[in-house]
Amino acid sequence: MRQTCLNMVYDLGKRDKRVLFIGSDLSPGLLADMKKEMPERWYMEGITEANVIGMAAGFAMEGYIPYVNTIATFITRRCYEQVAVDLCLHDLPVRLIGNGGGLVYAPLGPTHLAIEDIAIMRALPNMTVTAVCDAKEMVRLMNCTLDWPNPIYIRLAKGGDPIVSRDENGFAIGKAIPMRRARSRRAIVLMATGVMTTNCLAAADLLAKDGHDVSVVHFHTIKPLDEEAVLEFSRDVELVATVEEGTMIGGFGSAVTDVLVEKLGSSLPALVRIGLPDAFPHKYGLQEELFEVYGLAPAQIAARVSKSLKVKDKVA
Amino acid sequence: MAAQAAPALNLATPPLDERSKHLRRLVVRTLHGGERGHVGSSMSLVEIMRVLYDDVLRYRASEPKWPGRDRMILSKGHGCIAQYVMLAEKGFIPYETLDTFCRRDSILGGHPEAAKIPGVEASTGALGHGLSYGVGMALAARIEKRDTRVIVVMGDGEINEGSVWEAALCAGKHKLTNLTAVIDYNKVQSAGPTREIQDLEPLLDKWRAFNFAAVEVDGHDVEALRRVFDRLPLATDRPSAIICHTVKGKGIAFAENDANWHHKSKIANDVVAKLYAALE
Repeated sequence: MRQTCLNMVYDLGKRDKRVLFIGSDLSPGLLADMKKEMPERWYMEGITEANVIGMAAGFAMEGYIPYVNTIATFITRRCYEQVAVDLCLHDLPVRLIGNGGGLVYAPLGPTHLAIEDIAIMRALPNMTVTAVCDAKEMVRLMNCTLDWPNPIYIRLAKGGDPIVSRDENGFAIGKAIPMRRARSRRAIVLMATGVMTTNCLAAADLLAKDGHDVSVVHFHTIKPLDEEAVLEFSRDVELVATVEEGTMIGGFGSAVTDVLVEKLGSSLPALVRIGLPDAFPHKYGLQEELFEVYGLAPAQIAARVSKSLKVKDKVA
Repeated sequence: MAAQAAPALNLATPPLDERSKHLRRLVVRTLHGGERGHVGSSMSLVEIMRVLYDDVLRYRASEPKWPGRDRMILSKGHGCIAQYVMLAEKGFIPYETLDTFCRRDSILGGHPEAAKIPGVEASTGALGHGLSYGVGMALAARIEKRDTRVIVVMGDGEINEGSVWEAALCAGKHKLTNLTAVIDYNKVQSAGPTREIQDLEPLLDKWRAFNFAAVEVDGHDVEALRRVFDRLPLATDRPSAIICHTVKGKGIAFAENDANWHHKSKIANDVVAKLYAALE
C-alpha cells in the first residue's frame, strides 16, 4: 500500500504539474525516478516536520498540490499546530501520507504507534481523513486526490495487505462501500475502516458459520463520514459493531456513534465499539500480535459480537 | 558561558518624521476602535512596514492577488495593526475599517486572516509559521522562474520557536536568494527582556551560521531601512536576513521598552488621549 501510494504520487506528478512530493528523512532512493525526472518537484527536507508542513502550505498557497510523507505519528502529533493552522485554517490542498497507521510499527514501541491519528485529524475543521483497506483501493483514492479541495490525511497500512476491495464497487471520497450485504434487515452490521475491514470480512465469515446474517460496511473515509450509509445500515438491525485500529476516544467508532445518537435517538440499535483502549500500547512483537492483544483479530471480533448479542438478548 | 551582550543600541535614530507620527496616530485610532491591541509590538514595526509598502514591495491594491506581487508575510501576526494601517494607506481597505478592529463582524482581527483581508498573504498569529510559508513560496517562484521576492517579518520572541530554525535550515540548504527574513528586534517579549526570557545573542551570527547573508539596521531609521532593502538580495548564493534594531512601543515615551505595553486591553478614551498626546 505504501509503495503503491508513493508510485501514485509520481504518476500524478507526471499527469499534473501542480503535484510535488515532500518527504522528511525517508528511505534512500525513495521515488528516485521522480527525483530524476522532476527534481524541482521532489524534496527530502530532513527531520523538520513543522517546517515541512509550513513549506507545503507555502507551495499550496501558490497553487501546488504537495504530497507530504513521513511516519504517521510524526506527521500528525509532532506538527499538529502546523497541520491545524497552516493547512486546515487556510484550507489548502495538501496531502499528508502517514506511514504505519495504527499498530503497524509494533516492534518500535509507543513512540511510533499512531493510535490517535484518526481522532486528532478528524477534530480539525476542513480536514479529510482516509484509511483505505488495500493497495488497489489506494490507487482509487489517490486518483481522487488531485481535485479534492481540502487537506487530506492518508493513513497507510503495513503493506502487502490482502486485496479485498473491488473495482466494481467504485470509489468516491466520503462514500462508504458495502463489502458484504446481509439477506435480512435484522442483521449484524460490522462497520470498519482501514485494514479492519479485512478482519471484519473474515469475522463475518465466522459469524455466518454460526448462523448469523452479517453485513460489512467499509468506511475508507472517516471524515467526511458517510452519514447516510451509517443510518441506512443501522436501522432495524440486530446490532452494529464499529471496528478500528485506533483509540476509541474520538476515533471512527465515536464518529459513527455521534451520528447514531443524533439522528436515531431512542431507536438506537445495540452498539458495540471495538478498538484500542485509552492507554499507550505496552507490548512489542508484530502488528498481528498486537491485534490479538487488543481483540482485533477476526476470531476475537466475531467472539466479541457474539457475546454482545447474548448480553443484549439477556437484557431484553 | 555567560550570554553575550546584545549589540550596543547607540543608534543615531533620527526623530520620527511627520509620516511616522501619522502612521502611529492611525495605530492609535485602530487601538481605540478595538479598545485593545498589541501596542508595543505594533509601534516597533511601523517604520519596517512603512518602508516595505512605500518603497520596496510590488503590489496592486486593486488586485491583491496580482501574480506579479511580492509576497510579504507578517509572521509576527500580533503586530498586525502596523500592517493594517499600511493597507489603509495604500487603499487595500478603507480607513474606516480600522475603527472596527476586533469587533464581532470586522475583517480585522487581533491577528490577521488571509481569507478576510485583502493584501494579507497568510493567516498568522500562532508564532513560528511564516518562514516555512516563505520557503514554499520562494521555491514555487524558483520553479516558475518568477522574480517574486518573499519577505517574512518575524518578532524576536517569535524566533524562540524551533520551527523558525527548521525553516532557516531549509532556506539555507536551498540557497533561496529570493527569500528575506526580517527580524523586529525590539528586545522585549511578552514576559520581559529577551535577554532574560530567552537570550537570542549572538543573533547576527546565528543567522549567518544558518547560511543566511545577515545584516543589522536601525529599524526606525527610514533612510537606513531603504538602503538595506535596496541591497536585496544581500548575496547571490543564499537567503538574506535583516535584523532591525527597534524599540518596543517606539514613539510613545511612557510605553517604550515596557513589557506591560506588549498588549493592552480596556484602552479607554483617557488612555487614547494620552497615546495621541505622546505623538504630538
